[in-house]
Amino acid sequence: MKFWKFLIIRILTCLLTIWIGVTILFFVPRFFPSDPIEGLVMQMTMLYGNMDPAMQESIRATLQAQFGLEGSLFTQYLHFLRNGLLGFDFGPSLMNFPTPVTDLIAVRMPYTVFLSLFTTLIAWVVGNLIGLYAGFRKDKRSARVMEMVAIFIYPIPYFLVALILQIVFAFLLGWFPLTSNIIFHMGPWVWFTSLIRSSILPALSILLIGVGWWILSMKALASSIASDDFVSYARYRGISESKIAGKYIFRNSMLTQVTALALALGGVFSGALLAEIIFNYPGVGTLVQQAIMQSDYNMIMGTITISIVAISVATLLVDLLYPFFDPRIRYS
Amino acid sequence: MSQSFLGRLGGNLRDVWKYSGMRFKIGLFITFFFLILGFGVSNIPHTNPFFHFSYLPLQPPSATNFLGTTSLGQDTFWMLVNAVRNSLTLGLIAATIGTVIGIFMGLLAGFSGGVVDRVISTITDTFIVIPTLPILILITALIGGGASVIMLALVLSIFGWAWPSRQVRSMALSLKERDFIYTAKFSGESTPQIIITEILPYAMTWSLVSFMNATLGAIAAESGLAILGLSPANLVTLGNMIQWARDRNAVLMGHWYWIGSPIVALVFLFIGLFLLISGYNDYLSRRRGQ
Repeated sequence: MKFWKFLIIRILTCLLTIWIGVTILFFVPRFFPSDPIEGLVMQMTMLYGNMDPAMQESIRATLQAQFGLEGSLFTQYLHFLRNGLLGFDFGPSLMNFPTPVTDLIAVRMPYTVFLSLFTTLIAWVVGNLIGLYAGFRKDKRSARVMEMVAIFIYPIPYFLVALILQIVFAFLLGWFPLTSNIIFHMGPWVWFTSLIRSSILPALSILLIGVGWWILSMKALASSIASDDFVSYARYRGISESKIAGKYIFRNSMLTQVTALALALGGVFSGALLAEIIFNYPGVGTLVQQAIMQSDYNMIMGTITISIVAISVATLLVDLLYPFFDPRIRYS
Repeated sequence: MSQSFLGRLGGNLRDVWKYSGMRFKIGLFITFFFLILGFGVSNIPHTNPFFHFSYLPLQPPSATNFLGTTSLGQDTFWMLVNAVRNSLTLGLIAATIGTVIGIFMGLLAGFSGGVVDRVISTITDTFIVIPTLPILILITALIGGGASVIMLALVLSIFGWAWPSRQVRSMALSLKERDFIYTAKFSGESTPQIIITEILPYAMTWSLVSFMNATLGAIAAESGLAILGLSPANLVTLGNMIQWARDRNAVLMGHWYWIGSPIVALVFLFIGLFLLISGYNDYLSRRRGQ
């Protein structure tokens, strides 16, 4: 019974998060004085010379319809919730008119998911194992060295690590392409190898910081658990050190680390977006960048709404791992 | 009153220095270096790094241009100094706003309990989970390149308050049950009075950590936005400096002082701040252990 209660609360929280996030997304821009439509109309008049007022007016009306900006604020909000959030319909993309925004995102999303999912999981596993070792054997020199390395890598933001990797490994050493170069027209094998070659550096930038963070947090957790009474008691009972590390310390710290993973997903996603832009990787990040440069607001709204939904659902899925580590929720 | 307060503060600082580890000291040293560079050195009169062609373009480092010049003939060293000042200012303003709101919300949630607590906690948790960068992208894209430092700091602090709020709330929950709070309550102090005289001093120590964290976060967020070309174009920040150098192909042409100096500065600034934060955390946990 406790499990069902846990499940329902988590799902409700997830829906609430999505709703609040999307509501902020809808209302915050409307408090800012700038008007994207006036900007676009101005751009057009600059491009095509002066237009007569009637034509300007009709362009304005068309754009308003395309952006879903007709009617009162409340009808706009309902329209946005119904079409955007429930139907994933954000209207046509203005930079690739008239392809719907959703179609363009659907092409890019798998790359971003591929990049951030793998790196997050690998970072979590590797970082926690090293962190467990560093916390459990905290007086060893190798443990201290690993912690030092983590301290010097973790605080650097993703894009900066990406930039440094790009300069060192792509530009100076020439081991990897400077920007992503994924080849589509020469069969699946070429596509796959070029995808891997282009993904290594962006993935490495996300991986390094992730591993750094998990080492630091796991080390702190493991060393505090290792000094608890029940661990000393297990030692007095003659339980082997590896069993203490695995069963006593690892399992106890997993609870915290699973929750922490759920909280970290948003940050990883943001980092992946920037790493993509540095390497021109064909994911959602570069799509957002193009949309910004060409003032494609439907596209910006679409990518961000879908990101919020994706992150919230991923967070929910990670949260649902929790009962597997905590028998109190599973069995009672 | 102020004398004794200053005396106590001095005592505290000496205490922190004495009981903190090497990590804290290195962090403090690096952070002070940047503070002096940003708020001290930047006041020395120099040519405005914004003007184009004050010097010959793409000069190597020399006695007049310590770090060479950019392809637009701007002095890299003074640009860097101004960028450090602006990035720090931005980070500190955003962190101040975020921390103050965070403390207020956290105390309100922790001490009110009930429905107020549940509503605030839910909103706080949402703000922690939401991917912040995309929303910051949207807002800054709408403001366009014309935002001021204050405007950008305000935008960055929209997401800066949630983490401190959560921490202050859990601190308030544990403090609420302590004896000295009951003593204060029974001796007739009102709730706001208790919060100001008894709780706030505690919250301040704790919030110092989240304040520094928020500073780091805001500087990181700004430089991330700069990579997207969304940081105000008329503002020299470390992120913008990197972005401008990237835009003008400093990497491809191998102008390492130009692209390298803001990268190195940012890396050291982040490591310094982080060492300071984790060192201070260590100090706090050690003091609690005593």
